[in-house]
Amino acid sequence: MENLTNYLLVSAVLFSIGTIGVLTRKNAIVVFMCIELMLNAVNLTFVALSRHLGNLDGQVFVFFIMTVAAAEAAVGLALFISFFNNRESIDIDDANLMKW
Amino acid sequence: MDINVAQLFQTINLATIMPEIILSVMAMALLLVNVFVPSKSKGYLAWLSLAGLVAAGYTAATGWGLNIPSFSGSVVLDNFAIFFKLIFVVAAGLTVLISDQYMEREGCNQGELYPLILFTTVGMMLMASGTDMMTIFLGLELMSISLYVLAGFNRANIKSNESGLKYFLLGAFSTGFLLYGMALVYGATGTTRIAKIAEAAAKMGAPDTMLLIGALLILTGFAFKIAAVPFHMWTPDVYEGAPTPITALMSTGPKAAGFAAFLRMFLVAFPVMKADWSDLIWIMAVLTMTVGNIIALRQDNIKRMLAYSSIAHAGYALVGFAAANTTGTAGILFYMLTYAFMNIGAFAVVVVLGKQGESNGNVQDFAGLAHKRPALAAIMTLFLFSLAGIPPTAGFIGKFYLFSAAVQEGYVWLAIIGVLNSAASVYYYLRVMVFMYMKPAEEEFGWVKVTAPITLALVVAGVATLALGIVPSYLLQLAETAVKLI
Repeated sequence: MENLTNYLLVSAVLFSIGTIGVLTRKNAIVVFMCIELMLNAVNLTFVALSRHLGNLDGQVFVFFIMTVAAAEAAVGLALFISFFNNRESIDIDDANLMKW
Repeated sequence: MDINVAQLFQTINLATIMPEIILSVMAMALLLVNVFVPSKSKGYLAWLSLAGLVAAGYTAATGWGLNIPSFSGSVVLDNFAIFFKLIFVVAAGLTVLISDQYMEREGCNQGELYPLILFTTVGMMLMASGTDMMTIFLGLELMSISLYVLAGFNRANIKSNESGLKYFLLGAFSTGFLLYGMALVYGATGTTRIAKIAEAAAKMGAPDTMLLIGALLILTGFAFKIAAVPFHMWTPDVYEGAPTPITALMSTGPKAAGFAAFLRMFLVAFPVMKADWSDLIWIMAVLTMTVGNIIALRQDNIKRMLAYSSIAHAGYALVGFAAANTTGTAGILFYMLTYAFMNIGAFAVVVVLGKQGESNGNVQDFAGLAHKRPALAAIMTLFLFSLAGIPPTAGFIGKFYLFSAAVQEGYVWLAIIGVLNSAASVYYYLRVMVFMYMKPAEEEFGWVKVTAPITLALVVAGVATLALGIVPSYLLQLAETAVKLI
C-alpha cells in the first residue's frame, strides 16, 4: 500500500506548511488561510485513510470539517472587519494592547 | 457496507438529546423575539433564556441513572453527561444573569448575546454526551464559534476586538491539531466511535506509532481548550479583553466541556496507553499549576489575575486526571461545578464594580469597598476564600478530593506540589481582601448598583459555594456514580 504512504506524506507536508505559515505570517487573513490549509491537509488524510480502510466514516467526517470551516470563515472574517474598523490594520502585530 | 435506513432510524432516540433540543429551539426563538424587543428592555431576554436553561437542566436531571446510546452510538445519555450538562446549565445561567447590566453599561446590549450563550451551551452539552469523535468535534466547534463571537461582542471596544481576533486565530489553529489527531486515530483503528477505538487499541497490544501520535495531537487540542500550560498563551489576553460576563462563562463552561471530552476520550478510548499519557498529564498538571499561580502573583488587573488563576485551577483538576481513579475523576466533576459557582460569583462582583469602558478593573480599585459596601465585600471574600481553597468553602473540598486522589495512586509529589501552589495562590486572593478591608476608601462607590438579576446570581453562587463546602457528601456521591460508567 505505498499509495497510502504517498497520500499521508503529502498531507503531512501540507499540514506542516500550514503550521509554519501560522507561526510566521503577520497578516491575519494570510494566517487564517494557513489554518484552512491545515484543515484541508486533515481532509486529505481522512479521505486517503477512508479509501484505504474501505469504510465511509472518514468521508463523512470530511463533510463536517468542510461545513465547520465555512462557518468559521464567516465568523473569522467578521471579527477581522471589526478589528480593522477600530485599528485600520489587519496585522496581528497590531493586536498588542494587552500584555503582561 | 450496506445500510438499512429503517434500521438506522430505529437507533435514533431524541429523548437522549432533549436538553440540547430545548436549548437550540429556545435560542432560535429568542433570535426571533429579539426583533420585537426594544433595545432598552433586552433584560427580558435574559429571563427567557434563564427559563430555557432551567427547563434544559431539569430535563437533563430527569434522565439520571439511565444509560441510553443513541444515533447508532454517536451520542449517549449517561450520568457522566448529565452531571456535566448540569455544570453547563449553572455556568450559562449565572452568566445570563450578570450579562444585562454589563452590556447595558457598555452600550452593546444587542439581544443576540443570549442566543449565542445558549448555542455555546448546546455545543458544550454535545461535547459531554458525544461518544463519537465526529460528535465531539461538532460540539467543540459549535461551542468555540459561538465563543469567538461572544469574545468580540463589544464591537466598539478595541480590546474586545483584539480578544475575539486572538481567540479565533488560536482556537482555529488548535482545532487543526485536534482534527489531525482524530484523523490519525481513525487511520490506526478504522473507526471514529470511541468504544470501538478502545476495542481496536486493546487488540493491538503494543500501540502503534500512528495511534500514539494521534492521541498526542488530540491531547494538544484539548489542552488548549482547558488552557493548560504550555497551551495557555491565549488565555490572559482573551479573558482580559472579552466582556466580563463572557470571561466568566469562558473560564468555567468551556473548561468543564474540555475536561468532559478529554476524560471520555482518554479514559474510554485510550486506557491501554495509560502508561504513555499519564506522565504527560503529570508534567502538564505541575506546569499548569505553577505557571498560572506565579504569573497571577504580579497581576494588577483583576480580570487578568482571575485568568491566570483559572489556568492554575485547570492544573488542580489535571492532578485528578493524572491520578485517573474514581476519586480523581469524580473530583474533577465536583471541582468543575464548584468552580463555576465561585468563579462566576467573583466575576459578578467585578461586573458590579466596573465603570463604563472597563476603567475600574484593577485590584487597587477595590480599596475600601468593605467600608462603603460591606455586603458586596463580604460575598467577594467568600468567593476568594473558596478560590484559594480555605475551609469551610466548596473550593477546599474540591481540592482536598483531587489531591487525595493523587496520593491514593502514589503521586505523593504531585499532591505536595499542588498544596504548595495552593498556598502560594492565597497571596493574590488575599491581596484583594487586604485592599477591600484594610485600605481607606478613595471613592464613594456611588455608581455601584446591584440589580435584581445580579443579586440572584450572587445569592445562588454564594449559597452554593458555602453549602457545597459544608455538606458536600451528597454531591460527591453523585459525582462518583457519574464516573462509574467510564
